[in-house]
Amino acid sequence: MTGQRATQLHATELLEAPAPTVRGPLRGIYAGNTRSVVVRGLQVMARTNWVVVLTGFFEPVFYLLSMGAGLGALIGTVEFYGVDVEYAAYIAPALMAVSAMNGAVYDSTMNVFFKMNFAKLYQQMLSTSLGPLDVALGEILLALFRGLLYACGFMVVTTLMGLNLSWTAVLAIPAALIVAFGFASFGMAITSYMKTFQHLDYVFFLMMPMFLLSATFFPIEVYPQGFQWVIQAMPLWHGVDMIRQLTTGLIQPSILMHLLYFAVMIVLGLWFTTARLRALFLR
Amino acid sequence: MPAPVIEATGLTKRYGDFTAVDGIDFAIQPGEAFGFLGPNGAGKSTTMRMIAATSTRTSGDLSVLGFDPADHGPEIRAQLGIVPQADQLDEELRVIDNLIIYGRYFGLPVPYVKRRAEELLEFAQLTEKRRSRVDGLSGGMKRRLTIARGLINSPKAMLLDEPTTGLDPQARHVLWDRLFRLKEEGTTLVLTTHYMDEAEQLCDRLVVVDKGTIVAEGSPSSLIRQYSTREVLEVRFGSAHNEAASQAIEGIGSRVEVLPDRVLVYADDGEAAMSAVHERGLRPITSLVRRSSLEDVFLRLTGRSLIE
Repeated sequence: MTGQRATQLHATELLEAPAPTVRGPLRGIYAGNTRSVVVRGLQVMARTNWVVVLTGFFEPVFYLLSMGAGLGALIGTVEFYGVDVEYAAYIAPALMAVSAMNGAVYDSTMNVFFKMNFAKLYQQMLSTSLGPLDVALGEILLALFRGLLYACGFMVVTTLMGLNLSWTAVLAIPAALIVAFGFASFGMAITSYMKTFQHLDYVFFLMMPMFLLSATFFPIEVYPQGFQWVIQAMPLWHGVDMIRQLTTGLIQPSILMHLLYFAVMIVLGLWFTTARLRALFLR
Repeated sequence: MPAPVIEATGLTKRYGDFTAVDGIDFAIQPGEAFGFLGPNGAGKSTTMRMIAATSTRTSGDLSVLGFDPADHGPEIRAQLGIVPQADQLDEELRVIDNLIIYGRYFGLPVPYVKRRAEELLEFAQLTEKRRSRVDGLSGGMKRRLTIARGLINSPKAMLLDEPTTGLDPQARHVLWDRLFRLKEEGTTLVLTTHYMDEAEQLCDRLVVVDKGTIVAEGSPSSLIRQYSTREVLEVRFGSAHNEAASQAIEGIGSRVEVLPDRVLVYADDGEAAMSAVHERGLRPITSLVRRSSLEDVFLRLTGRSLIE
């Protein structure tokens, strides 16, 4: 047994952990080390979660093949900002926005719920010099990375199918990340209120109509004016319209409004999530 | 005297109407092994969490490594090693990666963390389990890994919340040995326990806590001297007869305490007390003389046992 030997605790020059240098209002909640949270997530994702990543990629592809190619043959074209667009090219950007939303929401609800309540991962992280904002940002970046994988994969498929009508379609990838960021930052805050897995059903109950009704498969002009406003208040509609403008090349001034919508959503979501993590773990 | 590592004055924590920690004062010196001894629910874990800045105090003053935990959480935790009551290991990572990733949470350089992780693995006697999954480790191994992990940032102080609860006797002794080595190397240890033998083994100084307040403070031996006699005579008459027998024993030794299953007679000379009991015509079913322990101190101070 090694018990007789020195404990080796001084075998190397011991380093103390660097003191976090964050000043100002974020002091106490942010250590500027979000990277370590991301590294941990990538390491786990690389080994165990890649199957989940793969299934998330195929879902929109199957929708595109069935609705776009199948239904599209019956429908022909749909008018978008005064231009007739082939049906598959009309729904492809919407599916990309939906996939960004789904990936972000799945990661920030199901995965975060598990890590929070069963793996006690955040308690571990918050026993170190990390603050709640490091953890929240790290988890959100991981959700975004997954979203990036989905978006790139989907982009390859739509490009091969000839559904990207303009060079601006390349910008759909960062746009999808912005959509994912908005949803992920809010998803984590909402998850912090959940006590059982059943509560997660409410989230998916809300996402389903949003998915079906947010100008995903048809223009919202088919609705009465009042209902159009309801849809336009939802985040997914802004994501769908923004990405559709980019993949079709029919860019409107309204794209700035969409960006502003998500900017506000991201800031509010981050603030909300950090406040919740603080309330949960630093009470 | 050097400045205390941790100092509290009137430290209080309330959750709604419930007062978990009720105005306690203590000062922990560098290199000291300091214990909070008390039953479950005495407020020990809450105090530990306030020290680690993972819980905010309701009132009073608290200084940890010269910082106020209310707004310097990350700075304080950068210099602490935290071993929580339930092992919170990362089950999705292997044994060695638990150490490496944890070191990265502290912002330590990766090559250093990798080297250090190997040393700590050896310290925790887990080198053979290097690539194992965490959920396959025994309770003692998990606890040792948690302690090794808490050492990755070379902390100025280790906070150990009930370090050996739930471990079998052999695993406890292995763990005590490891903690003893840390103490020898000058690491400040702050631990909570409801085991009096653990407190006696590890603590230079301790406070006895009950219902959120400190009821006594001192070294294990000084507390025993102050609050108990040198020896204790334990006699059993059967649960129905203990009460009656204690009446007859009254007057022998300096104090008599009746527990549901036995009668304790506090006396500096236990054998003499035993003879005195026999002289009064009492015939206990079993009897034994032992030295006083912190358990007796706790009983004297609160009228209750530590483990209920």
